[in-house]
Amino acid sequence: MYVAVKGGERAIENAHAWLAEERRGDPGIAEMSIAQIRAQLALAVNRVMAEGSLYDPDLAALAIKQARGDLIEAVFLIRAYRTTLPRLGSSCPIETAQMAVIRRISATYKDLPGGQVLGPTFDYTHRLLDFKLAAEGEMPPPPAPTAPASCEDVPHVTAMLNRDGMIQTELRGTATPPDLTRTPMELPANRALRLQAITRGDEGFILSMAYSTQRGYGRTHAFVGELRIGTVAVAMEIAELGFAVDIGAIEVTECETVNQFTGSKTEPPQFTRGYGLVFGQTERKAIAMSLVDRALRWRELGEDFVGAPAQDEEFVLMHADNVQATGFLEHIKLPHYVDFQAELELVRRLRAEALATQEAAE
Amino acid sequence: MTDQAYNFAYLDEQTKGMIRRAILKGLAVPGYQVPFASREMPMPYGWGTGGVQVTAACLTPEDTLKVIDQGADDTTNAVSIRKFFQRTAGVAVTEATTEASIIQTRHRIPETTLSAGQILVYQVPIPEPLRFLEPRETETRKMHELEEYGLMQVKLYEDIARHGQIATAYAYPVRVEGRYVMDPSPIPKFDNPKLSGSAAIQLFGAGREQRIYALPPYSDVVSLDFDDHPFTASKAAHDCALCGASDSYLDEVITDDAGGRMFVCSDTDFCGGRRAGGHLGALGVAGAL
Repeated sequence: MYVAVKGGERAIENAHAWLAEERRGDPGIAEMSIAQIRAQLALAVNRVMAEGSLYDPDLAALAIKQARGDLIEAVFLIRAYRTTLPRLGSSCPIETAQMAVIRRISATYKDLPGGQVLGPTFDYTHRLLDFKLAAEGEMPPPPAPTAPASCEDVPHVTAMLNRDGMIQTELRGTATPPDLTRTPMELPANRALRLQAITRGDEGFILSMAYSTQRGYGRTHAFVGELRIGTVAVAMEIAELGFAVDIGAIEVTECETVNQFTGSKTEPPQFTRGYGLVFGQTERKAIAMSLVDRALRWRELGEDFVGAPAQDEEFVLMHADNVQATGFLEHIKLPHYVDFQAELELVRRLRAEALATQEAAE
Repeated sequence: MTDQAYNFAYLDEQTKGMIRRAILKGLAVPGYQVPFASREMPMPYGWGTGGVQVTAACLTPEDTLKVIDQGADDTTNAVSIRKFFQRTAGVAVTEATTEASIIQTRHRIPETTLSAGQILVYQVPIPEPLRFLEPRETETRKMHELEEYGLMQVKLYEDIARHGQIATAYAYPVRVEGRYVMDPSPIPKFDNPKLSGSAAIQLFGAGREQRIYALPPYSDVVSLDFDDHPFTASKAAHDCALCGASDSYLDEVITDDAGGRMFVCSDTDFCGGRRAGGHLGALGVAGAL
């Protein structure tokens, strides 16, 4: 006698209970608070906000806690929550020239208006494990030296270059950018849609795409004209008032690359731009984004398509989203008995026929 | 018990309206893949987010829902999706094919013939039948526009040249009403004949790929083939070990590590119903469902 496997429901419930226990870990060890994650794992929180496309550090920290530190799972939790939120309106474009910067560097000029500000960066740390951090009861580090706050704006390097016509002018569009979470992606995409897809794309994927352009697959000779991190005000037009009101502030990382361009029949030689803008302190992603953006602009800038993956809009945009990618990748662990059975029967039949033909030949 | 924090069947009404418009367009142009603004659902892409959105858009409080995966009601993901709708919509659920007004399925069409008024919702991973011949969506959309299906015929021909037969066992491509070539989702080709002339509405949802397509009742659906190599619906050449059915699709179950195996219906409701009706296979036990 054979009884088919049953009890899927109980198995699921028990699995969830076990998962909850594993998430908490050893109850003898103090539980992590959302505030601790938000404050001490801030870069993980930033990544989850950027790829989750939702600026809310507390929710991102909660998602990281719930996901046991699996950042793609945390991004997924944020996305699934975000999709249920009503859209109250659109903000005005943020003015990154008026950013209160904590970091601002240019690789193209030694000094420039607004100055070079290193800020809280890993750049020149020696990557030696700091065993002091492993000791319990760490004393807070002494406060870092501060400079008097400067009230002057920090103008964009590319704006300064553009004064002499040395870099292509970016036209200021008035059209409302499309929202890829509300309308299906249609290709070819305009640049606003591409940038939207890349900024919420997987950091690892965008990084590798950018890296591939540096190694020769669609090379665009990027200089980091400027990288800035800081806080900008978010303003919204209030219909009843007839003017825009600041409704909050967000931290963003912006990267503008200056890329070589030899000119074409219609354009005199001029530098071109790549652009990256990502929520939070996320400079690896912002730099990578600007390289990928630039690579994808080949058509608009009259360059050749050399077949590089990073130039291929459909390839980049359709595979950048880690929630989509991980879902489809992992779904192959779900039952496929029926399809496998169909293949099994087919291969058995093909083998039987092939063997019969072989025997007949002998 | 419904979860009051969310709208009926989870999705907000605007989203349901958007999905319903896509479904209606799909029904008006059978087999055409309608782009829709698929939402991020609280289950992963690949777990049936397209099917879940279509079901959510079709559900009314009076509906009775059945969810199957691989033909079975008790597969973990079928259990999970059924629970999701019990929680968010509070609808009645059933395992009986005949009692359901909406059936969400992954990889099977129920053995029991569906009737008018029923809706069958398929979960679809890759809606594009031409995808593995041409990876670019921009190209395949053009091919559909121009009815340029030669590539598919060549693929089937090459199968015959190499293997003596068409080597596609599931997700076997069909042509709908003489127009669009359509992927019937990864159902075994054994199920393909049930697509055609069905009294039920058949809806296909692909969440990650943001596509919905549909077959209105009594649509003419033809599995692609050649005159000298006609399509055949195939299954394991056995009877169900539990209910003795000779005409249902079978799962192969390995029973020991010495080559022992048995074949049982993949459609658990169909098999249970037959046993309750007194049909017994070689290993079946009366009354044991």
